[in-house]
Amino acid sequence: MHDLYAFLVGPLMWAVAIVFIGGLVWRFVAITRLARKKDPYVMHYLKAKWTLRSWGAWLIPYYPRSMRMHPWVTFFGFLFHIGVILVPIFLLAHILMWEEGALGISLWTMPEWLADVLTVCVLAGCVFFAARRMTVNEVKYVTDWTDFALLVVIALPFLTGILAHYQIFNYKFMIIFHILAGQAALVIVPFSRIGHMIYGPMVRAYLGSEFGGVRHTKDW
Amino acid sequence: MSETATATKEKEKDLLQPIYDDPGVMKGLEKLDEATIERVINQTLEAEGGARLKILVETCVHCGLCSDACHFFMSHDRDPKYAPVGKVKQTIWEMLRKKGKVSKEFLMRAVQVAHTECNLCRRCVQYCPFGIDTAHLISLTRRICHKLGITPQYIQDTAHSHSATYNQMWVKEDEWTDSLFWQEDESRDEIPNMRIPLEKEGADIYYSVIAPEPKFRTQLIYQAAVIMHEAGADWTMSSLPGWDNSDMCMFTGDLEMMGRLKRRHFEDAMRLKVKRIVMGECGHAFRSIYDTGNRWDAWESMPVTIQHSVDFFEELLRLGKIKVKTKIQEKVTIHDPCNIIRGRGLQEKLRTVVHAFCDNVVEMYPNKEHNYCCSAGGGVINCGPPHKNTRIVGNSVKADQLRETGASIVVAPCHNCHGGIEDIIHANHLGMELKFLGDIIYEHMEKPDAI
Ligand code: SF4
Ligand code: SF4
Repeated sequence: MHDLYAFLVGPLMWAVAIVFIGGLVWRFVAITRLARKKDPYVMHYLKAKWTLRSWGAWLIPYYPRSMRMHPWVTFFGFLFHIGVILVPIFLLAHILMWEEGALGISLWTMPEWLADVLTVCVLAGCVFFAARRMTVNEVKYVTDWTDFALLVVIALPFLTGILAHYQIFNYKFMIIFHILAGQAALVIVPFSRIGHMIYGPMVRAYLGSEFGGVRHTKDW
Repeated sequence: MSETATATKEKEKDLLQPIYDDPGVMKGLEKLDEATIERVINQTLEAEGGARLKILVETCVHCGLCSDACHFFMSHDRDPKYAPVGKVKQTIWEMLRKKGKVSKEFLMRAVQVAHTECNLCRRCVQYCPFGIDTAHLISLTRRICHKLGITPQYIQDTAHSHSATYNQMWVKEDEWTDSLFWQEDESRDEIPNMRIPLEKEGADIYYSVIAPEPKFRTQLIYQAAVIMHEAGADWTMSSLPGWDNSDMCMFTGDLEMMGRLKRRHFEDAMRLKVKRIVMGECGHAFRSIYDTGNRWDAWESMPVTIQHSVDFFEELLRLGKIKVKTKIQEKVTIHDPCNIIRGRGLQEKLRTVVHAFCDNVVEMYPNKEHNYCCSAGGGVINCGPPHKNTRIVGNSVKADQLRETGASIVVAPCHNCHGGIEDIIHANHLGMELKFLGDIIYEHMEKPDAI
């Protein structure tokens, strides 16, 4: 058991990290090269000022009109994304792993109660988004099984994580399951639509530049 | 077959109906075979899709937040088929998923979606959390339709006119100059010393219009000439092809022709060594000169400065070149044309001009860069009579907006908007009058030279 655990958080974690980071870098580089080759004007119109303006506007909750029109999506959307990004990085247990593991670095850790709240937010977000996919017509129309699969991929590590933390069910089994689910999610990110964590800001950078620099108007 | 399935089939047939009346699409489809369809789609997606297609399609998380932006969706009881992302699903997604192996029935629907159910107004872009440019994806679909030879008949005719004559309306060279002489002649009754300068080298302003002006709305040229004259502008018009700034090829996806048109337009202005091009009240032409055609021609920046007439009129007022004589007292509302508002941010200047001449202005909401499109733009009105109802029924939200203002006059500084809103006003018995800025300025400005 201990060997298995050591393998999972040791060599396998390294492999996962390489695929995850390498995959994201590769996607970024590949799309940038393609853009340079085939859409040179994209590079031409891209401007830092408008990019930052656009990113800024869309990072403020309820600032863009679209967000105000969909208050619940905005509410769950923000909490979900905050949780998805912060919990895996700053959770105490994870930090200990970073410290003890090969990296040997120490980071700020978030209080446990906060981690719990955010985990619940992520799970609630998954449920909310899934329900929306099933009930809102225009979303249902463009939803296929992969959209649900992605929600499961995200939900599983959080669900197993909190179950393991509170030692519900068999702890040992749950922690192994949690590690595997987390690793699976990381591996899947660069090769699925979750890749929007890289592509999303890129699309907005270009669009924001078009709206700001060429069209002289707001894109929110 | 179950009842709902039958109902859905009926609805599908309903949706396809207008396309059957369109020989441009139907005759084109007859000539196609599966191998050609597959080859053309794949070649276009591969050669022209580039990074933009890839990133737009792969980033979309299918959240549907763009839906509320679209007047078609809102006007059809939130039918997902009319949602922006729903339209992409019925076009590009399917082409990509099936690697070009799509049926003629699919294409029939795709043409209809791309050409008649999307105005390329880019409103949805502002409502997508990533800013995914659905309008770009729809344009790409039209490009594929163009290459397959299945573009709706009416708009294809105007594209042919562009290739044959360099103007949209089959206006011959002598007819064009004749129209200008005729307007100049007419003006002598009102302003004896008025001229419409032709071919004046080194003038400050090259004034260009869309071909429907000499063809159907010649009074607009007259009014513009009066304004230029009274403002003391140093201006000219051209007697050669290039005078027409319109561009239906941009909308059919005939990008090669679009590039030639814009080059001719700019080169004609350069031939006359003018300082700037001022163009009449048209939105799509502005988009094509300012935002699209010039990029195809790969110019680092515009070879000649380009100014839309809203911008120009505001300048004349600001510099005191024209003065307000009388003001309109009736309730006036302002329609914001997508291509110059969301496309160029002229909303405040438009308001400055309208408020200068109108005492009682009521706004439509949402407005300015969040306006709803007139549903005629993006080449939709140019697809002609078979598709007229699609755009009128597809824009009941605009009718509601207009009705709520209680205004008796609508100002819309764009030809397409005029066409579209006129139909909406009639179909919904709104009894409103439509005006260009030129109409208002001409009527209510001081004209010291007039007798
Ligand atoms: S009509 Fe406008 S809002 Fe609707 S899909 Fe087309 S570009 Fe988007
Ligand atoms: S809002 Fe954007 S991400 Fe969401 S479905 Fe529409 S295009 Fe896709």
